[in-house]
Amino acid sequence: MITTGFIIASAIKVIVVVVAVLTGCAYATWLERKLVGHIQHRIGPNLAGPFGLLQPIADAIKLAFKEDIVPERAERVTYALAPIVAFIPAMLSFAVIPFGDTITIMGQQIDMVISDLNIGILYIFAITSLGVYGIVLAGWSSGSKYSLLGGIRSSAQMISYEIAYGLSIIGVLIIAQTLSMKELVAQQANFFDWFIFRQPLGFVLFVICAIAETNRSPFDMPEAESELVGGYHTEYSSLRFAMFFIGEYANMITVAAVVTTIFLGGWQGPLLPPVVWFCIKVFLFMAFYVWIRGTLPRVRYDQLMNLGWKVLFPLALLNVVVTALIYRL
Amino acid sequence: MLDLIIFYFAAVIAVGAAVMMIMQRNPVASVLYLVVSLVAQAILYVQLNALFVGALLIIIYTGAILVLFLFVIMLLNLRGEHFGGKQSRMGRASKIAITVILFAEMVAIFKQVAIPERIGTQAAAVAEDFGSVEMVASHLFKEYLYPFELTSILLLVAIVGAVVLAKRDKTEKMEDA
Repeated sequence: MITTGFIIASAIKVIVVVVAVLTGCAYATWLERKLVGHIQHRIGPNLAGPFGLLQPIADAIKLAFKEDIVPERAERVTYALAPIVAFIPAMLSFAVIPFGDTITIMGQQIDMVISDLNIGILYIFAITSLGVYGIVLAGWSSGSKYSLLGGIRSSAQMISYEIAYGLSIIGVLIIAQTLSMKELVAQQANFFDWFIFRQPLGFVLFVICAIAETNRSPFDMPEAESELVGGYHTEYSSLRFAMFFIGEYANMITVAAVVTTIFLGGWQGPLLPPVVWFCIKVFLFMAFYVWIRGTLPRVRYDQLMNLGWKVLFPLALLNVVVTALIYRL
Repeated sequence: MLDLIIFYFAAVIAVGAAVMMIMQRNPVASVLYLVVSLVAQAILYVQLNALFVGALLIIIYTGAILVLFLFVIMLLNLRGEHFGGKQSRMGRASKIAITVILFAEMVAIFKQVAIPERIGTQAAAVAEDFGSVEMVASHLFKEYLYPFELTSILLLVAIVGAVVLAKRDKTEKMEDA
């Protein structure tokens, strides 16, 4: 069953996706600084290269040459492990996201997805649920109270929002009756079949929970700098900090890709090649992320918990019941 | 061949991490070894084509329950030294007794089941869609619907109980003040 062609094709896909996501992360930081700059009537980075396009590279070099500090009271092994544990799940989720239609090269059918699991969505939830460990461990092992508080807040936040996060896509699954990402995209061939139109409430809930899960503003409790210094990565510096940083942006890109695939029709679109459509949609969602960050103030911690448990969770349940009644009765 | 390598790799890690988990004094390290063990077990399920069970194992156990464990350990700030104290003679004796009983039970079970033959016959009998979402769901919601619903009521009772206990604690403290 496993042919050489399959192995080569898979290896190429993995390399291309990893390189693309890492580059995407670097330029997501540029996009964020540029957009937030314009939102605040500033220019943003503009000195390194044209339009400041070389800024991410300059940042990477700067981070790499910083001193790597390990606090005296840190649990050394866990402290070293945490950034890696935070980084890897962010990359792994991309394995099941289809970024284009099936193409034929040299008589071989090649799916534009690394692996089309029949439980694709569950796989993404399983992998993203592991991401919390990196943050918790970083907070615990740093031996600093700011880090610890940031880590505890983050784990509470992620556990709370994971429930509404999971429930919000059940509506889509009830309609689609599949867990495979590839089939989900196939069912959204027509513009008005996009699940954003068939599941508007599910979409809103999913996006809110996704922003909370990725610890982004206005739900960036774990790193609320006005109260917690830097949150769970207060003590980290140099490349270890860079790993958290890239991991956070990789998570954002993953969420953007998941939203694109589940709600926005995936790679489907007229005229342009599928991969281009996929990238455009992901890009627009990333811009939406930044727009929200530049617009909304951070919510208070108790407001965050109330929103998660008393508003989003019941709404998600309601959405499941109503969808089931309409589509499956 | 590749299957066999992956199987041994995952199996050794699963058992090794489980052993390391109970050998640790540091509770956080214990939880982490349990996480590693569960992920390795999930790989074993995936190898059996039970992708769904593997994903559930990770989502529920490593993604939710063990995070809660870690959360509690961090909140109470338990470190290794809290567990290093001397043990009472009774405690030690009961540990040894329970270990011996468990070991005897395991040996008894393994003796009753001729393992290699059993594995051979069962592998042939397993249905094509074993462990798939549809299969698990149809068992859960058709055959075992009553036990399933009863379990959910049991969990609900446990949650209500926990809330009641937590609430009572608070009012008592307020009265003290």
